[in-house]
Amino acid sequence: MKELNRREFIKSTTVATAGVATIASGISLTTFAAEPKETNPVTNEKRWGMLIDTNKLTETDIDDMVNACQEEQGWGEETHSNADQKPSWIKKVKVKDTATQRISNLALMCQHCEEPPCVDVCPTNASMKREDGIVLVDRHLCIGCRYCMMACPYDARSFVHEELTNQKEHMPRGKGTVESCTMCVHKVDKGEQPACVEALNGDAVIFGDLLDPTSNIHQTLKRVQSTQIRADLNLNTGVRYSGI
Amino acid sequence: MSIIRYEQTQGKSLGFYALIAGLGAFVLAALASVYFMEHNGHHVTGMSNHIVWGLPHVFALFLIVAASGALNIASIASVFNKKIYKPLSRLSGLVALALLAGGLMVLVLDLGRPDRLIVAMTEYNFESIFAWNIILYNGFFLIVGVYLWMMFERRMNKYSRKVGIAAFTWRLILTTGTGSIFGFLVARQAYDAVIMAPMFVVMSFAFGLAFFVLVLMASYKWTARPLGDAIVNRLSNLLGVFVAAVMYFVAVYHLGNLYLAENSGVENFILMDGGIYTQLFWYGQIIMGSLLPLALLYSPATKGNRSMLGLASVLIILGGIAQLYVIIIGGQAYPMELFPGKEILEGYGTIAAYTPTLPELMLGLGGMAVALIAITYLVKFLPFLPESLADNVADPHHKS
Repeated sequence: MKELNRREFIKSTTVATAGVATIASGISLTTFAAEPKETNPVTNEKRWGMLIDTNKLTETDIDDMVNACQEEQGWGEETHSNADQKPSWIKKVKVKDTATQRISNLALMCQHCEEPPCVDVCPTNASMKREDGIVLVDRHLCIGCRYCMMACPYDARSFVHEELTNQKEHMPRGKGTVESCTMCVHKVDKGEQPACVEALNGDAVIFGDLLDPTSNIHQTLKRVQSTQIRADLNLNTGVRYSGI
Repeated sequence: MSIIRYEQTQGKSLGFYALIAGLGAFVLAALASVYFMEHNGHHVTGMSNHIVWGLPHVFALFLIVAASGALNIASIASVFNKKIYKPLSRLSGLVALALLAGGLMVLVLDLGRPDRLIVAMTEYNFESIFAWNIILYNGFFLIVGVYLWMMFERRMNKYSRKVGIAAFTWRLILTTGTGSIFGFLVARQAYDAVIMAPMFVVMSFAFGLAFFVLVLMASYKWTARPLGDAIVNRLSNLLGVFVAAVMYFVAVYHLGNLYLAENSGVENFILMDGGIYTQLFWYGQIIMGSLLPLALLYSPATKGNRSMLGLASVLIILGGIAQLYVIIIGGQAYPMELFPGKEILEGYGTIAAYTPTLPELMLGLGGMAVALIAITYLVKFLPFLPESLADNVADPHHKS
């Protein structure tokens, strides 16, 4: 039997190591891919969005959306706060065109901007945008300075004005911090729809991946005229409206 | 000009202890207010989801803006080499630091989670003007602290000009940052104007000097030290120039906004039909805080009268608080333009209501009290004040 010298030993072990590494990485890739969907890292390959058709949305629909959001996230039961102090993650807004007198009803919530002013101004990085476009508040980093509320063009954020009890497990709300619509990220990550969308029967609100050419929202947005609220601010919102 | 001798105040009189006790009562009331607000949550204040920054922010920003302005006297002496202001430099640095401490105390204690101050100190979003300001405020303490050391320590005196230039530059950047907190809020009709930054710088000149004049006159009167007319009249003239400059910036700001058609609504609100905000603007900021002090400072009947200078300074401070109230709260009360060309019937769009509560007022006044206590105590322990500022001592052009 031939004796291994040092050079040949290194050569053979290197080849073997590289081979094992290649196979192993293949295995691990397969393994990660096979893992349940919710542990996948969030990437910018998706951009979650919503299309709200105000022609189809009735006032009752909007009330249902608001109620579903309250129930899902547990806001609205504050007893000490007055009407202006109570949180409102989603609200019913009624607008009248000053020229034509046409009245539209719409649901207004965090617009999940691509360039969110709330994220820009937050001193502690508590306001943040996920790679998939969902804008959130990290309750552990929020110091309650409320600058994000000053910066939000959509009046979408609320401050918790009192002590809370019985918070939902997925939604750690707390006194002295800021909150807003999370697009029900806890449901979306499990492949479900946001609670407000689920509360509706028809297709007045479509939720989905704006970037996916096969998604209903993508195809509908290609077909119909839609708009962003305060489009002049160039924030490229994830929530779009048609009919206003 | 003879050699300036600095000396601590005695701080043993009944008046001294009465002053400390009076100010201490305000600080205690502020702490009690903080406990009350933190214990219950902000629902006990007049603030809401529409007026998110209330009366405490008015006081906090007033004190922070005045702090950087109070340093001007030292800057004029070291940066621009005006000898007559040199004896006032130490006090100028002290008043600046004290006012900033008071302002920051109010700002921090009005946070929703003041217990997380450490987060604000360790987690920085460098895109946020607020985060820059945290660095600028801390840096101000450091740089003015070093500046005072250069002034106090004879061997270091030679560096005081260089450090003074650094401190002057820093304070300009700091107030630019404070003004920019509002100047870059694109969504709000009342803000979103770059002129906010220089306007705040000029406001700081006037508010800071008014505060400084009061501290100077009170400390010399209460310690029975000579204070000559040369210095007082110089400060009085300077104060008038600063007040006029603020009026100029306010005029440009509003005229500029009126020129932009999209802002005519908010301008109409502030200048014409905004109720309390319109009244505070015209009666508080313009008449009481600007025109009346200018008349007191320049009219032949009152010019050179120290009581009138004191009154003018008090009015400038009150007018400044009114001005910040109009900017901060009036700017939030007016709704954002969400749907141009449409009237919002429900859900948003009304003028937001705000009635400040006693705890908010006490917290704000507590910040002022903290600043004044700090000044009162420190002039007792360190030689900040020249033993005499009589004309033959302080005035480089005095002819005896």
